[in-house]
Amino acid sequence: MAEDKFTAIVVGAGPAGSTAAYLLAREGLDVLLIEKGDTPGSKNMFGGRMYSYALNRIMPDFWEEAPLERPVAREIITLMDDEKSVSVTYRDENWLHPPYHSWVLLRADFDAWLASKAEEAGALLACNILVDDVVWDGDRIVGIQAGDDQLLADVVICADGANSLLTEKAGLRNRLLPHQVATGFKQVIELPPETINQRFQLNGSEGVAQLFAGSCTRGMQGGGFLYTNKNSISLGLVIKSSDLQHNQYYPAELLEDFKAHPTIAPLVADGREAEYSAHLVPEAGLEMAPRLFGSGILAAGDAAGLVINLGYLVRGMDLAIASGEAAARTVIQARTNNDFSAEGLSIYQQFLQETAVLTAMETYRQAPRFLDNRRLYEVYPALATGLLSRMFTVDETSPVHLMTKALNELKKNEMGLTRLIGDAWKGGRSL
Amino acid sequence: MKRLTVEEMLAFNKYVVDDEANHITLNRELCAACQNKACVYVCPAGLYTLKDGEINFDDAGCLECGTCRVICPQAISWQYPRGSFGVIYRYG
Repeated sequence: MAEDKFTAIVVGAGPAGSTAAYLLAREGLDVLLIEKGDTPGSKNMFGGRMYSYALNRIMPDFWEEAPLERPVAREIITLMDDEKSVSVTYRDENWLHPPYHSWVLLRADFDAWLASKAEEAGALLACNILVDDVVWDGDRIVGIQAGDDQLLADVVICADGANSLLTEKAGLRNRLLPHQVATGFKQVIELPPETINQRFQLNGSEGVAQLFAGSCTRGMQGGGFLYTNKNSISLGLVIKSSDLQHNQYYPAELLEDFKAHPTIAPLVADGREAEYSAHLVPEAGLEMAPRLFGSGILAAGDAAGLVINLGYLVRGMDLAIASGEAAARTVIQARTNNDFSAEGLSIYQQFLQETAVLTAMETYRQAPRFLDNRRLYEVYPALATGLLSRMFTVDETSPVHLMTKALNELKKNEMGLTRLIGDAWKGGRSL
Repeated sequence: MKRLTVEEMLAFNKYVVDDEANHITLNRELCAACQNKACVYVCPAGLYTLKDGEINFDDAGCLECGTCRVICPQAISWQYPRGSFGVIYRYG
């Protein structure tokens, strides 16, 4: 039995798991990386963009070999109602040079590549295996159960995603609650690269990341997203699961409505839908974070709830990779001390601080509470589009000054200035 | 673009359907007694439908997001599909 024991079993070959496995294997440790999908990435989806710094720290110049779609050159934030939309665009040439700020990518290719790096470094990759449970010896976790097979390790790293059954079984956290997660769903719509470049005013291989708030979620907490791939567009919605639960909309229909919106329709026209996917997003920040470690176990990535959603910016993959790095450093340290107890693994907290994962989560601790405000999804998009409509519309009525227009628009939306200032104050302090 | 039904959307995907085991099962008694039947409105794959006031469900076509599991732990028993089965994302 002893000869079959691994130093680490990593469950889930996504960004967190493959990063941890890669770093551990590079140190010459025995690592088993288990993936339930046919290939790494085949069960994974996300909106579309990864911030580069975390992977660049581990694999410098990764863009030279990783399967990536486009570096983001433009950010667009769009507020919309059914007929109108207001957008803010930001373009940055610096993001088009190393170390490229962020990349649009597709997970099937990217995750397969990252797992192959772990394999090349010496990790043993086992696909098509669903891990059913952890194996206990008293109060410590000593391995995993998959079907009839028991596999033993000094430490198990749970990197099995947002809907992590393993962290629950390992006693690191309770069941997920509907208000702690959002449901993301998207279509990949194929278009020729030249068409994408023309429609989005892009040069060569550069890309765009666009987020939407307003009527696309029918007042529910969440928003829309659009990312340009090389030969396709990722278009989707993310909506708080408890809001879906308490309303009577159909997600697939909301997505088709979004696609047909006059702001979106010309962008995807004549495209060919190639895939429809969905995934949970842990959105409650530190409030929902599980215990990050226990005796013989660590949690990383989405399984540890490491996502930051600020409304105008969403981070997940960078935190997954950075937490995978912190998990690997923890295991290396624990092995040196030959102590895989909860106490021995508690240094994980410190490594998560050093890799800026926990510090970022801490900075944005209040963001989920701020974003739980219906005005952000209903009133403010209507205010913005309404005000711009008053500014740009010319007709036969007597005009009024800008200030009056603004105050009229506030009144129409039943908004007081105090409330507006209050929300702005809270937003400024939590985002 | 032509408006798609959820069935048409699922038809773009690649699946290996497990004919021998369901990964999601319902407690039919609890479903019959349930008032709001929120599963119908949360599933991105539209797998929960109402037929004569009863929940009609088949896990083939599941996108494995887990939303139904989170909103209804009472009646929905949810596992990931066995290894090699279920949805296979080619883009993601």
